[in-house]
Amino acid sequence: MELSVENTAVQLTNVSFQYETNNPTFLNNISLSIAKNDRFGIFGPNGAGKTTLMSMMTGILKPKSGSISLFGNSLFDNDAKRLFGYVPQDFAFYPELTPKENLQFYGAWYGLNKQQIKERSEELLTILGLYDVRNKQLKKFSGGMKRRINLAIGIMHRPQIIFLDEPTVGVDIQSRHAIVTYLKELNANGSTLIYTSHHLKEAEDLCQNVVLIDEGVIIAHDNMQDLIDKHEENGLEGLFLKLTGNAYRD
Amino acid sequence: MFKFTAALLKEFRLLVRDRVGLALMFLMPILLVIIMTAIQNSTFELINDNKIPILLFNNDNSATSKDFVRTLEKAGMFKVIQINFKEKQNIRALMHKHDALVALTIPKAYFSQMEKQAQINAAKALESFGMANASGVKTNISLDSLDISFQPVLQESYRYSIRGGLQSIMQIIANKIMIKSLYSSINQKEMPDDFLKDMMKSQVTFKQTTLSNNDNATIPNASQHNVPAWTLFAMFFTVVSLGGNMVKEKLSGSFVRLKLLPTSYMLGLLAKQLVYLGVIIAQVIVIFSIGKWVFPCMHLPELNMPTNLFSLLFVVLVCGWNAISFALCIGVFAQSQEQASGFGSVSVVILAAFGGVFVPAFAMPEAFTLIMKASPFYWGLESFYGLFLENRMFIDILGTMLPLIIIAILLQITAFIGLKAQKLVH
Repeated sequence: MELSVENTAVQLTNVSFQYETNNPTFLNNISLSIAKNDRFGIFGPNGAGKTTLMSMMTGILKPKSGSISLFGNSLFDNDAKRLFGYVPQDFAFYPELTPKENLQFYGAWYGLNKQQIKERSEELLTILGLYDVRNKQLKKFSGGMKRRINLAIGIMHRPQIIFLDEPTVGVDIQSRHAIVTYLKELNANGSTLIYTSHHLKEAEDLCQNVVLIDEGVIIAHDNMQDLIDKHEENGLEGLFLKLTGNAYRD
Repeated sequence: MFKFTAALLKEFRLLVRDRVGLALMFLMPILLVIIMTAIQNSTFELINDNKIPILLFNNDNSATSKDFVRTLEKAGMFKVIQINFKEKQNIRALMHKHDALVALTIPKAYFSQMEKQAQINAAKALESFGMANASGVKTNISLDSLDISFQPVLQESYRYSIRGGLQSIMQIIANKIMIKSLYSSINQKEMPDDFLKDMMKSQVTFKQTTLSNNDNATIPNASQHNVPAWTLFAMFFTVVSLGGNMVKEKLSGSFVRLKLLPTSYMLGLLAKQLVYLGVIIAQVIVIFSIGKWVFPCMHLPELNMPTNLFSLLFVVLVCGWNAISFALCIGVFAQSQEQASGFGSVSVVILAAFGGVFVPAFAMPEAFTLIMKASPFYWGLESFYGLFLENRMFIDILGTMLPLIIIAILLQITAFIGLKAQKLVH
């Protein structure tokens, strides 16, 4: 898919990555354009390179070769860091602090002022159903509540791009519904979502465009529905199995 | 500034919610300083204030022997418990029964042998002066040994003190006999008691002073030695909490997020260091206050504060910065919280041992001198003792502060290199 520069949120050009010098190249010559305001899914079996790809897009890992830009900015500029939010698979907060205290700290470090932190915290805590427990320590929370605060921290500075690495893993249906509904709302307000998950039913509901990667290379990249129709499958799960096979991946 | 305040607040909240860490940083050193001061103080009192119980098995019934017992009792060092010589075979049981640490056995006719030897010596002396032609036996008498038995718990230093005390008393008796013998040899009559007393009066007195910057320096006591030493130990024990806190953050998901924020992690590290410096200052205030106001209520010597409080604050800040830099290094290089707390605490104990917290630096073996001077404890203690024991001025402690500042800078650089190598900072 060719996109104009002004319409591109994330651009990867010939990106390769290697974990250790003696290991074979893990991601090989990946080029990818993600459009502004897209709901973009990255899928693949275990060890395919999904998290590595997302880690490079956020700057956690540096590519061996190639370039990555966000809205035309180099990824390693401090300004680029304000453009995106990251919701990692692992809980990324201080469990000894309360939701309010976590949001206060991360908000300040995102560069928000006191008033902005107060407004955004109250808004997010209310929307994600955490307002009543805002002053309780997070370590006492259920998995679903922790997932919701994990999301709230990643988006509290209203980023233009939101990277979501399995944002609903291990949560109940209510929490999943709340998270997915809110993500769609953010997208409707202009945010670009870049999402990875093993929950393909949820992905079908959320994603517009997808990329399938396996063994470090892109094996499919298109509009999700077009891809399903093209391969004459009933859904994303059938398409996934058709393209990546039934063999176990470790 | 707002980001820095937020980081300070976050660190403070994390700290106050870490109750185990707080207990380790405050309760443990408070207990240590009280226990160690009490132990050292009671040891001091055992030798200097209390009388050491001594069992005396005396098989010599002469007048000189009775004089020896009187002198032994008057000396003030011993509480003499006289036991019938026939019970000597039960010495172990009797020592236990009387809680005696030492037993002395005087063999039969010991002092008459001593008197005979004195007469021989007197005759030899007179002959050498040309005053008399000594005749009779001139062969020296071989004195029997005095048998001293110690309880096995008694350390060598105490045995040495007891042997020294007994030796001095025995020397007084020997001198008395010698003087009397010389007098009677020259004057052919017994020496009058008053004259003997005059002769035996010691003219030697000691005036004890402790080197200090001012004239009214207080005499160092167990508190002056222990409180600064264990306060320094407490400062370095923050490694368990700060090192663990760093590893926990490094290994948790929150660190991944921190790396992606448009704020440098170095700001967070600075906030962490400042909060822990606050903890160290609080430790110092608490421990010094206990030394000053609680110790006297516990019958322990009061901690006398140095007059130069500005220098004391400077020493506390530099030592604290050193302790924090050390904890930072441990936190950067440890791969788990167990490593940070295990390696951190053991290394603090080793550094403290080399630095003179457990054994004074002057008593260290020669081979350890170099390692000793690489320990921040050594320089920290030197600086504290300079203030607490010698009332030194600011300019005088700069010499011991400079190595501490250099060590802290080296530790900070090492931590930064570690963070760079692990790609934790750009």
